[in-house]
Amino acid sequence: MTDAALIWSYLSRDPLVWLAATLAAYWIGDRLSLAAGRKPWANPVLIAVLLLAVLLVGTGTPYRAYFEGAQFVHFLLGPATVSLAVPLWRNAPLLKRAALPVLAALVAGSVTAIVVALAVAAAFGVDDVLLATVAAKSATAPVAIGVAERMGGEPTLAAVLVLMTGLIGALVATPLLNALRVTDWRARGLSIGVAAHGLGTARAFQVNPTAGTFAGLGMGLNAILTALIAPWLLRLFL
Amino acid sequence: MIAALALILLFQLGGEATAQALALPLPGPVLGMIALVAGLALSPRLRATVTPVADGILAHLSLLFVPAGVGLVAQLDVIRSAGPALLLALVVSSLAAIAVGALTFTLVARLTGSAPE
Repeated sequence: MTDAALIWSYLSRDPLVWLAATLAAYWIGDRLSLAAGRKPWANPVLIAVLLLAVLLVGTGTPYRAYFEGAQFVHFLLGPATVSLAVPLWRNAPLLKRAALPVLAALVAGSVTAIVVALAVAAAFGVDDVLLATVAAKSATAPVAIGVAERMGGEPTLAAVLVLMTGLIGALVATPLLNALRVTDWRARGLSIGVAAHGLGTARAFQVNPTAGTFAGLGMGLNAILTALIAPWLLRLFL
Repeated sequence: MIAALALILLFQLGGEATAQALALPLPGPVLGMIALVAGLALSPRLRATVTPVADGILAHLSLLFVPAGVGLVAQLDVIRSAGPALLLALVVSSLAAIAVGALTFTLVARLTGSAPE
């Protein structure tokens, strides 16, 4: 065994390597996303995940070993969920001014996202574990992962599905809403926040500040609603 | 900074404990978030302490998805077999949810006389 291989075999068992790799990959992803003008398809998370996936497969590192280091980042999903209270509290005046349309659109959008996703997946005969994983995909990642875990889903796959949902929402929202002739920025923003969480919200802020604020409100409210109704709606499909 | 982190973790811990004790369907951090919204509304001091650190954590929210996202490599079999069905489920449900949500908002806003901003 060469010296370099020895050093690697020592280091690759150390959580530090994969913690550093996670942050470095995200940093690269963020720089590339900036260079691409923050287009929705140039998502820093997607880039980081692909870089790390190639690295893990290339070095023959099992996911479990990677997670030994990455768990320190993963842990912060819980505190991040609690932190969502701040934008939710900040946007509370909007909720007061348009309570009925906001709540009606929240319930309609959230139920549609869950039921349609479950119906399509069930029509293709995917198993119960995957149904439990797909149900909460419109909620923001920490909530979707937590809910999937509780319902017997696969938390790591839930994270991937949440990410994909956000990318899809950010890509389709503007053309779809233009085709439907929805001109109210509140309606446009809220529906994106409910359907496509943080990535949708980031996209809405790029288009219009009112849309962005309502998207943030939709994301926060849907985190709560999805956690409440997803287990119940899932039971209809099992 | 330390006070804010401690408070955020305590709200999470309180949420986890409540969810376990009462066997609630909500994840602990979501309960902690709901309690913190109430706390922020009630206490200007809590607002001043927690807000900057919470904003700091949320500014880098997408970084936190990476470790779970890399779990993709442990799921390659699933993605090979169920990937197309899951992708179709995501695309169709996203289109439907955005359309239904936006049209519901527009309709109810019109019915209740809530003017656009």
